[in-house]
Amino acid sequence: MDGTYHRWRKFKNTFMQALTCLCAVLVVFPLGLIFYHVLTSGVGSVNWAFFTQLPKPVGELGGGMANAIVGTFELLGLAAVLGVPVGILGGIFLSEYGTTRLNWWVRFGADVLNGVPSITWGMVVWALVVVPMKTFSAWAGGIALGMIMVPLVMRTTEEVLRLVPGGYREASLALGIPHWRTVLQIVVRTGVKGIVTGTLLALARVAGETAPLLFTALGNQFWNHRLSDPIAAIPVQIFDYARSPYEDWHRQAWAGALVLLLLVALINVTVRGLTRDRFSTRS
Amino acid sequence: MTSGATEPPKLTVPPAKPSNQGAADAGRDTLEPAISARDLSIFFGTHQVLKRVSIDIPARAVTAIIGPSGCGKSTFLRALNRMHELVPTARMEGQIRLFGEDIYARDIEPVVVRRRVGMVFQKSNPFPTMSIADNVTVGLRLNGMARGSMLSEHMEKALIMAALWDEVKDRLNAPATSLSGGQQQRLCIARALAVRPEVLLMDEPASALDPLATARIEDLILELKRDYTIVIVTHNMQQAARISDQTAFFYLGDLIEFGSTSKIFTSPSKRQTEDYVTGRFG
Repeated sequence: MDGTYHRWRKFKNTFMQALTCLCAVLVVFPLGLIFYHVLTSGVGSVNWAFFTQLPKPVGELGGGMANAIVGTFELLGLAAVLGVPVGILGGIFLSEYGTTRLNWWVRFGADVLNGVPSITWGMVVWALVVVPMKTFSAWAGGIALGMIMVPLVMRTTEEVLRLVPGGYREASLALGIPHWRTVLQIVVRTGVKGIVTGTLLALARVAGETAPLLFTALGNQFWNHRLSDPIAAIPVQIFDYARSPYEDWHRQAWAGALVLLLLVALINVTVRGLTRDRFSTRS
Repeated sequence: MTSGATEPPKLTVPPAKPSNQGAADAGRDTLEPAISARDLSIFFGTHQVLKRVSIDIPARAVTAIIGPSGCGKSTFLRALNRMHELVPTARMEGQIRLFGEDIYARDIEPVVVRRRVGMVFQKSNPFPTMSIADNVTVGLRLNGMARGSMLSEHMEKALIMAALWDEVKDRLNAPATSLSGGQQQRLCIARALAVRPEVLLMDEPASALDPLATARIEDLILELKRDYTIVIVTHNMQQAARISDQTAFFYLGDLIEFGSTSKIFTSPSKRQTEDYVTGRFG
C-alpha cells in the first residue's frame, strides 16, 4: 500500500519535471530552427557585393543591400535621438518625481503603448508626418521607431532607478546636495548601466520592425541623400524581395534576414557583456 | 581656503539676521543650546509620531536618544535636518532652532539646513560608483563648495578626523565598496564631515558593525565632540552610557526624561525611564 503510493508520487514528480524541461527546451528550439534555416538559406548570398552594392534592377543578377544596411542604421540613429531622451527623462520622472496617481496613469499609458501593434504606429505617423510633409521620409520612419522605443526605454529606466537603494538618495540629500543633482549624479549614475542596457534592448527590438516603416520610410532602391526622402531599411527590403517572384531576390532576402539576425544578436551580446560587468563590480 | 568652503551657505538666509557662523560662535561661547526644539510634533498622515517635544541639546557634547522601537527617536533625529520631509505625508508643528535660527522658517531651504546638520545612517551607504576619495569630496563638489587642490586638502582633513586616513591613504582611488563594513561607516562619517557641518546626527551608526568596529566608531565620536555637536540614536544602552553626556528617553512619541547620562542611568526621576534602562521592558 505504502510502496505503491510512493511510486505514484515519484511518477508524478518525474512526469512534471520532464514536462517543465520539455517546455523550457521548446523555448530554445525555435531559435535554433530559425538560426539554422536563415543561416543555410542566406549564407550563400552574403558576400562583399551584398554590403557594398545597390540593388540591381529586375532581371540582372547580383547587387546588394548597401543602401538598406546604411538606411537601417540611419533610422535607428534617428529613433534613438528622438526616443531615448524622452524615454529616459520620463523614466526618471516616474522613479524620482511624480505623484502616485499621476505615475499610475503614465505607467498605465506606457504599458498600453507597449502593447500597441507596430503597424498602428506606422499608420499614426503616416497621418501625422507623411501626409503633412506630402512625402515618405527617413524622418517619418525614425519618428515611428522612436515612438515605439519611448515606452520601452521609459519603463526600463524606471525599473532600474527603483532598484537603486534609497540609502544613496538619503545620504546625498543629507549632505545638502539638491534633489536634481542627487537624481542626476547619484541615482542615475548608479543605474546608468541598466539604462544603457534597456536602451540597447529597445534598439534591438525596433531594428527588425517592418510594419511601421511601410507607410513611413517606404523603402528605396537607391541611396538616400536627404532625411526628407524615402529611405531603404533591411526589414522593408526583405519584405519587398520575399514577395517578389524572382529567385535571385529571394536569395537576397535570406541574406538580409541573416544580416539583420546577426545585428540583433550582436546588440544582445553587447547587453550581456554590460550586465556581466555590472554584477562583477557589485560583488 | 576659499570663502565658499569656510562659510556655511547663506543663499537663502535673510540679510537682516546675523550670519550663521556668527550665531554659531555666539552659541558656543555663551553655552546657548545648539539645538532647541519647542512643542515639536510630527505627523505622518494622521498618525502622530512625536508629541509636543521640547528639548535643549547642548553644543559640543554627545546627546544620546534612547527608547524602544517605534518611540519616535529616529523621526526626532530626522526632523533636526528636515530629512523627515522626504515622506510626502509628513507634517510638523512647533519649532526647532539651530543656534538660535529657526530652521523651519519660510525662507530657509532644507538644502541649507542639511549642509549645517550632517547625518550618518544605520546602514553604511558609500556611493558604489565612486572611489574612496570621491566619496569624501562628493558634498563639496556637488554643492560647489570647493574645487581643485582644495578638494584633496579637505578630503585628507575629513579622513583624518574620521580616523580612516592611515588605512586608505595608499588606495584613495579604490572603489569605496572595497572597504570593510566598519571602514565604510567611517568613510560615511568622513563624507559628512567634509562639508563642515555644525551638528552631526547619527542614526544607530554602529548597530550593523562587529564589536571592534563599534569600539572604533565610539572612540571617534568621543574625539569629534570637541568640535561638533553630536546627536546619536542608539538601541544599545551600554553604548549610550559609554559615549554620551546627555541622554533623552523617548517613549511612544513623548520625551519622558532628559538629563545628564549619569543621572538617567543611575537615578532616573521617572518610573518608565528606570524600567527601560534596567531592561524591564523595551
